[in-house]
Amino acid sequence: MRKEKHTDSAERLYKFFIYFVLIMLTITIVVPVAWVFLASVKQNSEFYGNPWTLPAGFYWQNFVDAWNTAKMGDYMLNSVLVTVMALALLLVVALPAAYCLARFKFKGSKFLNTLFMAGLFINVNYIVVPIFLMLRDGDAWLKKVFGEGFLLNNLVVLALVYASTALPFTIYLLSGYFQTLAHDYEEAAYIDGAGYSTTMWKIIFPMAKPSIITVILFNFLSFWNEYIISMTLMSSAKGAKTLPVGLLNLMQAQQSAAQYGIMYAGLVIVMLPTLILYICVQNKLTQGMTVGGLKG
Amino acid sequence: MKSSKRRNGFLVACVAPAAILFFIFMILPTLNVFRMSLYEKGAYSQTETFVGLKNFQMLINDSNFIRSMQNMILLIVAVTVITFGFALVFAAILTREKIKGQNFFRVVFYIPNILSIVVIAGIFSAIYKPENGMLNSIIGLFRDMTNPILWKGESLVMVSLIIAMVWQAIGYYMVMYMASMSSVPESLYESSNLDGAGRLTQFFQITIPLIWTNIRTTLTFFIISTINMAFLFVKAMTSGGPNGASEVALSYMYSQKDAGLYGYSMAIGVVIFLFSFALSAMVNKVTDREPLEF
Repeated sequence: MRKEKHTDSAERLYKFFIYFVLIMLTITIVVPVAWVFLASVKQNSEFYGNPWTLPAGFYWQNFVDAWNTAKMGDYMLNSVLVTVMALALLLVVALPAAYCLARFKFKGSKFLNTLFMAGLFINVNYIVVPIFLMLRDGDAWLKKVFGEGFLLNNLVVLALVYASTALPFTIYLLSGYFQTLAHDYEEAAYIDGAGYSTTMWKIIFPMAKPSIITVILFNFLSFWNEYIISMTLMSSAKGAKTLPVGLLNLMQAQQSAAQYGIMYAGLVIVMLPTLILYICVQNKLTQGMTVGGLKG
Repeated sequence: MKSSKRRNGFLVACVAPAAILFFIFMILPTLNVFRMSLYEKGAYSQTETFVGLKNFQMLINDSNFIRSMQNMILLIVAVTVITFGFALVFAAILTREKIKGQNFFRVVFYIPNILSIVVIAGIFSAIYKPENGMLNSIIGLFRDMTNPILWKGESLVMVSLIIAMVWQAIGYYMVMYMASMSSVPESLYESSNLDGAGRLTQFFQITIPLIWTNIRTTLTFFIISTINMAFLFVKAMTSGGPNGASEVALSYMYSQKDAGLYGYSMAIGVVIFLFSFALSAMVNKVTDREPLEF
């Protein structure tokens, strides 16, 4: 092979090119996001003209209107409730299951493991229609028997669906961690007289804290940002809505009414919590990815 | 010695809730997709009639469905190729070169991934707006804008979708490849330096082959997730419009559900299911290489 020596100027040109490309990508990401933040404090009249002018002043009325008139405040509360309930449910159900599936051999354990693995390939949005029909039929039945159905337009049921459909990924990630632990921990605990569940709660789960945090982070983002299931199961016009669905309605309404300020304020309200969380935990999130990197 | 009865009781208490929820909300609906595709079931009638493969026969002649499949395949191919190209190159740059602010770039590139697709749709509606939109105002510096470019018009809407989807996905895959690339031993690069290998040679001869297993798994998952992401983007950005020009298979399935044609909608679901399985099996086969150890 020919020995090639890079000249200094070629090397410098290459470095310059690299930085140029990196900065270009940074600009295409940061500028639109920052633009939305600036637009959220602009008055409506400022949207006709050059889009690159800075806001004339801080027009906070946009946020007040979005929060109250466009009901983003209510939606925020709904989203917080659904996300917290779904996360709690998911952890309570998935942690023991992942532990048992990873650490115990029992009749059907292999089958269940395979089944949950297969679940990784089922995307929720493929099956949202049957879930909707199932709940609707359930409601119809309940109406016949009890006079009232409560399965659709119910935040608790929505949380239950979120938690259930997050099970395969969560169990996959957690059992991956549990499998790496040595069996000595349990044996020592059993010798000390601890039962199965004491061992699990007091010894194993505290050790799994980093994995649990990863699970919470990823699922928080996916529950908070989800909108197709929420839109389908909470379809009643007057019923409760989650933040992304409320924002989608707001965006569609603003297209005809052209009140851009409120729309961009709504955008900021939805993305601010995730951005703040991201700034606090970005290291954990990007490190956790190497464990759970398969989620798309 | 622990009695096996207590062990079994413990196992059932732990596994049963997850298994039951998983069965009700994932297995059952999945089976229902296949079952209902063979029935004619409407929104306003309680009855369902078995029609065999009639729904599928209708699909073949439904030009809207054919177009939605074509759009979906276009998005899968274009978004996958562009995203993986960019993600791999950027990951290689950020791990291989001594870059100031490496961490800063990593943090920034990941931002789109944490935003809701609805938020991204809102951001891109500001970018693509024909009058006073960000993109058109920049292009307006170089050319006359009396006829503004309609980014969401029939001819450009797919391109606009591809740009938005790539924008969203690059950071995630870049961070993932950075993790696997940083585990490639430095000594390999050093010895190839002595042999006079340039950066491109190193990228194609060392980096890519050594993280191939990782690329392969992520590729399969990416394809499945793109089918889904295409739906999320279309639903939030264009609602399939204008005139169905940006409809993808899943959004067409959803619109048929909204129209009350449940059986027909589920037949589309079956096609998407089978398509995604066939595609991932194919990708798995095509990308099969002897794994390299380092």
